[in-house]
Amino acid sequence: MKIYVPADSSARSVGADEVAARLAELPYVELVRNGSRGLAWLEPLVEVETAQGRIAYGPVRASDLDSLISADFAHGGPHLLRLGNIEEHAWFVAQDRVTFARVGLIDPLSLDDFRAHGGYAGLTRALSMTGEEVVAEVTASGLRGRGGAGFPAGIKWKTVLNASADVKYIACNADEGDSGTFADRMLMEGDPFTLIEGMTIAAIAVGATHGVIYVRSEYPAAIETLRAAIATANLNGWLGDDIQGCGRAFDLEVRSGAGAYICGEETSMLESLEGRRGQVRAKPPLPALKGLYGKPTVINNVLTLASVPMVLADGAAAYQARGVERSRGTQVFQLAGNIARGGILELPFGVPLRELVEGFGGGTRSGRPIGAVQVGGPLGAYFGPDELDLITDYEAMLAAGGMLGHGGIVVFDDTMDAMEQARFAMEFCAVESCGKCTPCRIGSTRGVETIDRIRRGEDVEANRVLLDDLCELMTDGSLCALGGLTPLPVRIALKLAGAR
Amino acid sequence: MTFDAWSEGLAAAVLEPYRSDETMVLVALQALQARFGYVPAETVPMVAQVCNVSRADVHGVLTFYHELRTAPPARRVVRVCRSEACQSVGAREIEAAFAAAGHPLGSHSENLSVEAVYCFGNCALGPTVEIDGTMHGYCTDDIVTEALR
Repeated sequence: MKIYVPADSSARSVGADEVAARLAELPYVELVRNGSRGLAWLEPLVEVETAQGRIAYGPVRASDLDSLISADFAHGGPHLLRLGNIEEHAWFVAQDRVTFARVGLIDPLSLDDFRAHGGYAGLTRALSMTGEEVVAEVTASGLRGRGGAGFPAGIKWKTVLNASADVKYIACNADEGDSGTFADRMLMEGDPFTLIEGMTIAAIAVGATHGVIYVRSEYPAAIETLRAAIATANLNGWLGDDIQGCGRAFDLEVRSGAGAYICGEETSMLESLEGRRGQVRAKPPLPALKGLYGKPTVINNVLTLASVPMVLADGAAAYQARGVERSRGTQVFQLAGNIARGGILELPFGVPLRELVEGFGGGTRSGRPIGAVQVGGPLGAYFGPDELDLITDYEAMLAAGGMLGHGGIVVFDDTMDAMEQARFAMEFCAVESCGKCTPCRIGSTRGVETIDRIRRGEDVEANRVLLDDLCELMTDGSLCALGGLTPLPVRIALKLAGAR
Repeated sequence: MTFDAWSEGLAAAVLEPYRSDETMVLVALQALQARFGYVPAETVPMVAQVCNVSRADVHGVLTFYHELRTAPPARRVVRVCRSEACQSVGAREIEAAFAAAGHPLGSHSENLSVEAVYCFGNCALGPTVEIDGTMHGYCTDDIVTEALR
């Protein structure tokens, strides 16, 4: 009797391990620790394989197991927690799972399971193509960097392909540090072979022979899962000196960060990978030409690379057909914070913010009215409840004065203290600044102090002018997005505070 | 988590794989911390010598990364998420509850250290607190009692 209990970190944080341990004691149970289906509010979500398909129960606590067992849940018996087939759940049906197609469905470390569900079809096709052809396919798909900047992946790859060098690298940025984002973690924990496949395709496309995945240390389970998957891929000839007998070589290693948010900035990540302080480098030179160890390097986010296998397997046109305007394909939205139904939603670009937050998300967890929604992490803008009709694509978000970033959406209810959030944005910048440029290193601390003075009612008008000036200076004068974008949430939060 | 007591011989063995590789300074420091629970001050010149960089370089790396410790960890390490997603569901109240119990964020004693973390990626099920490496979601003030037990 196959029973699935997610080993996803989030599911474990609400008791999945206790549930799994109890179920493992039952003699008739074959336990599979899958990834999360992404309906976080239903975790731990237990699924049993029955003649009628996979039947889900959730959220299941260890204390529910006695009653579940008496209800014969292993055969899909009726119970208060019974949800039916989760793929028929309204939340799931409305999605378009492309990058996340296998997450939660399969045993993350089973290569057989991965292959049975379409895994390595993209790489198999890529192995029969030239590098130019693979790059052209990715370019035609319209895939843009999912890390936040939205730069077209194919164009970046083309630069690396055309660079002449003895060695080239693929570096995966898995330093997913933005609050409200967890899609990279879920993919690495739930379907690591997809990332490995995407990186291998990138390597074949540009002629790289070595790859590295830089994972933040706050994700120990992702690191462990990736390392195990890489070992399996090596054993089975999907990595190594001669991939599937095609004469192409690619090896892969996982490196752990050490608790520095700034290392999610690509040049800072390179510094860290080279063993130094994670201080940002000035650009140019572009990492595509002079990246890891000074060699041409493709740097992409986890979701970008994990979207590539599908682009190759189903063709660029299938991917390009999804989305709107210049935002093609799907976006993995992450609903977080004070939200009734949080988790992962993969949808084509262009869905209105309101549909995500109020429709799928069901409004706040606290039941109070929405106060504000922050999109795109700690450097992203806050949107008030009257601004939720905004369309979620890269350009529309920019035009509205925000950014889509990595697709993280954090909901606050109306008890949110906007001044406190403005202060926090500056404080966070001060804690995480790499220290290389003055506007960010010093400006952030001065920002905290100035906001504190405003909150105490000291010289409010003069300090507001000062803060505005400081924000302008940080925006224009910082070396990277940390100092450059911190003023964005600060200014908007101040405006929200003023409106109340 | 159990760690070995610091000794020069053990440290030398931990560092050997990184000989003459200046790009391995961070990895070497992480390996030392994994072995001893922290990076003993005595190992700084050893890392410098093995990796062929200056002691100042090693010190620079050691003090840059929030997770590298220069003193042994407390018997219990509690990490509280302070990021926006957790703030929206009460992380500040939990922070205040730790402070009220005499253990504000950033405090450190032999028995307990309480540290701030900026996101565990558990943002749909916050507030999140980690106790000795085990992550807890949906936390309330009760987590303080749990952490102090």
